[in-house]
Amino acid sequence: MLNRRNFLTAAVGVAAAGTLAACAKEDKGSTGTSSGGSKTITLGFSQVGSESGWRSANTDSVKAAAKEAGYNLKFSDAQQKQENQISAIRSYIAQKVDVIAFSPVVVTGWDAVLKEAKAAKIPVVLTDRSVETSDDSLYVTLVGSDFTDEGRRAGKILEKVLEKAGHKGPVKIAQLEGTTGAAPAIERAKGFKEVMDADHKDDWKIVVSQTGDFTRAGGKQVMAAFLQSNPDINVLFAHNDDMAIGAIQSIEAAGKKPGKDILIVSIDGVKDGFVAMSEGKINAIVECNPLLGPQLMEVVKTVHDGGSVERWIKTKEGDFMQDQAKAALPTRKY
Amino acid sequence: MTTSSRWRALTRHHLFWPVAVLVALVLVNVPFTPDFFAIHMTNGHLYGSLVSIVLFGSPLILVAVGMTLVIATGGIDLSVGAVVAITGALTCSYISDQADQGALSGVLLAMGLGLVAAVVCGLWNGFLVARMGIQPIIATLIIMVAGRGVAQLITDGQIITINSDPYQLIGGGYWLTLPFSIFVVAAVVAVTVALTRRTALGLLVEAVGGNAEASRLVGIRSRRIKIMVYVFCALCAGIAGLMISSNTSAADGNNAGLWIELDAILAVVIGGTSLLGGRFSIGGTVIGALVIQTLTTTIYTIGVPTQTNLVFKAAVVIVVCLLQSPKFRAKVFGARARAAAPAQPAAEPEAAPKMEVS
Repeated sequence: MLNRRNFLTAAVGVAAAGTLAACAKEDKGSTGTSSGGSKTITLGFSQVGSESGWRSANTDSVKAAAKEAGYNLKFSDAQQKQENQISAIRSYIAQKVDVIAFSPVVVTGWDAVLKEAKAAKIPVVLTDRSVETSDDSLYVTLVGSDFTDEGRRAGKILEKVLEKAGHKGPVKIAQLEGTTGAAPAIERAKGFKEVMDADHKDDWKIVVSQTGDFTRAGGKQVMAAFLQSNPDINVLFAHNDDMAIGAIQSIEAAGKKPGKDILIVSIDGVKDGFVAMSEGKINAIVECNPLLGPQLMEVVKTVHDGGSVERWIKTKEGDFMQDQAKAALPTRKY
Repeated sequence: MTTSSRWRALTRHHLFWPVAVLVALVLVNVPFTPDFFAIHMTNGHLYGSLVSIVLFGSPLILVAVGMTLVIATGGIDLSVGAVVAITGALTCSYISDQADQGALSGVLLAMGLGLVAAVVCGLWNGFLVARMGIQPIIATLIIMVAGRGVAQLITDGQIITINSDPYQLIGGGYWLTLPFSIFVVAAVVAVTVALTRRTALGLLVEAVGGNAEASRLVGIRSRRIKIMVYVFCALCAGIAGLMISSNTSAADGNNAGLWIELDAILAVVIGGTSLLGGRFSIGGTVIGALVIQTLTTTIYTIGVPTQTNLVFKAAVVIVVCLLQSPKFRAKVFGARARAAAPAQPAAEPEAAPKMEVS
């Protein structure tokens, strides 16, 4: 009995401490606003969650850029749930922040909360992902990547890779797709196919294509099966670096040389991808940049000052060939 | 006459249908992968489709074997996927902190650490189910949901890449030209079969699954048996977690072992173990897991469009489950058999196991 009471006391104590800590945090935020006066821009940002290294780099970039710009950032993590994100946006409206930015968990279902923001005259900026709304005036702009263009760039850079490798004869491509139904997977495949259909109708062919779920384990397993059923594959196009890294292990287990016997092009540009590229195992990487914090802050400033911005502000992204890998590696933050 | 009775005995064997499906799936691959059965030496180890099926299927076999015993007690363990993630995350983050990642002692300590974490998860599940009397599906749901968060906490939301040769051996390395994981799986299966079929342990597990209260009244410590099977299941999942993270030399708290619990339950069911508990077949489970892995490989090689992967998988699983159902078989094949030999009392031997279950 005593034990149980002790336990309860302890539990209540811990809970109370947690609440106090939360209050303390909140207080610090609001004093920041008032002391900053009307000059400091308060930005409410709702992140999707922390599902990948890419995402945490994205979060860090937003936080760092806000600090550098001297904005008062109110950050919340939606843990992949739309209802969390909606309630975060509502609380930003209640707190009368200057600008709301968020990376939507899903595509639809935002009309109601965005109308509330519009009624409160708070501009909304989307980051990374887009939404479908009935009324286009509900958000100002989207700061994010163009996945279709990433696919196109992957196609273009493959031309360079083939040329550099002095490849002759038919190009037999294996494609590792991202999670089925996810926008990056659909659009990257679409962009790549556009280049193929336009310029390489006869000499390029995707001989096998399967989903590797954007994971290393998926890429490894699918590639192992591909190499058995189509031993003559000579190019791999992976929708992200992690799948390419998994596939490299399978290619090596099959006794082939990744980057030589099978040329590899992938998208993202995470650190491990660059490590593999500097070892000569990936031939080219098309960057999908999560470090959009600085661009976001610029947009927030323009929007806050009443300036007009483009409907879709595309992230600054680069393409990297093998010879640039070593130089770029130390600068990779994620 | 003797051949037909032998044939009947064969088809009545509880492993007949799972094995038949496995053989059929393997044969489907042959036209798509011309040298499907070919195995050759590459870089000093054997290489071929069959080798990769066993290599990639090893974690699933392990998880499914653990799951079999839990299901035999009438329970279910949904937390195995999360345990896979936690074990991999803990082990890899420990190794990545080492100055020398290749040091054998550090790797062994890291693996021990990961497996201890797995056992703790198993103890927690067993405690909730056996001591607190919580429904297994609810009790294990806790770690299924929370465990992945714990794994992400350990990895800090990142994918931890390690570069350790001794650790790579367990899930991606080769020994005596064969994947090392085959030896691990063989050892675990052999120990499990020996413990459950050479001692009374298997009988006790089945007794608890048949009727926990009755078995307690005859003097079986049913709670202790239950805790034991959950710990064993978590330990198997832990070893599978080591294999999965070792296979790609990386710990991915978000995706490692994702949905493996469902594949494992499916493997157990395909293997002929009743979800109601009370009887189990380790051999059947191993075949069931191989069926699922072969099916996955088949989907990759025969060029099923990505969007229809799951439909294809579902269709095969439905066929397998129907073939496993005595009632379905009696309706489809039985009609023909009865027409040929009307005197055969076909239904009787199948009615007996059904009574045993209730």
